[in-house]
Amino acid sequence: MAGLDILYFAWVRDGIGRDGERIDTPARDTSIAALIESLAARGGGYAQALGQPTRLRAALDQRFVPLDTVIGDARELALFPPVTGG
Amino acid sequence: MSITASVRTDDFDAAVELSALEALGGGAVASFTGIVRGEGDLLTLHLDHYPAMTQMQVERIAADAMARWPLLGIRIVHRVGTLRPGDRIVFVGTASRHRKAALESCAFLIDWLKSHAPFWKKESFADGRESWVEAKAEDDAKASEWLSPTP
Repeated sequence: MAGLDILYFAWVRDGIGRDGERIDTPARDTSIAALIESLAARGGGYAQALGQPTRLRAALDQRFVPLDTVIGDARELALFPPVTGG
Repeated sequence: MSITASVRTDDFDAAVELSALEALGGGAVASFTGIVRGEGDLLTLHLDHYPAMTQMQVERIAADAMARWPLLGIRIVHRVGTLRPGDRIVFVGTASRHRKAALESCAFLIDWLKSHAPFWKKESFADGRESWVEAKAEDDAKASEWLSPTP
């Protein structure tokens, strides 16, 4: 059974205290926002890092997507703050 | 048409990048080099990135520029890891037959890299403070300007 790999970057990683994890594949119609809410409900660092979704951005299978995107068959989800390169 | 995009920890030589663009046979080469500002008591600037996505995303951004301007070549170097004030962070260079396309695409590329590539900066200060740089609304606004149709 394939899972979903979640990657965390920048202060999201610092808050959660790990750079990623594999979870059981969520129901196909789960949105990224809904998954963030369920992760934040774990409390502790998760609540701290993921409790304010407006501060978060996401990439699904290495493409930037809005948080209301449905996860579907994606294999990799990344959660992070707005980017600050350049 | 030639695109090179490099994401790496080591420094780059802007002259080497420029020479490669000059050799493409166009009449115009434009470039931008970003340097770590030594603001306050900044000790280091650490650039974090999303390795599996970064290279691909920088190439997508270069392809966007190629689609919008008649370019002969693009060279992008973006450093990651720990940098100090005065260090080079990023190089964007473009070559075209004429200056307008070279200059405009160079400005587009650096605006777009700031807001559309998975890099994050963390500042460390002499007194031990560390903080992730907050994205600036003005950077998003700069990038969005390129979405409006050109007059």
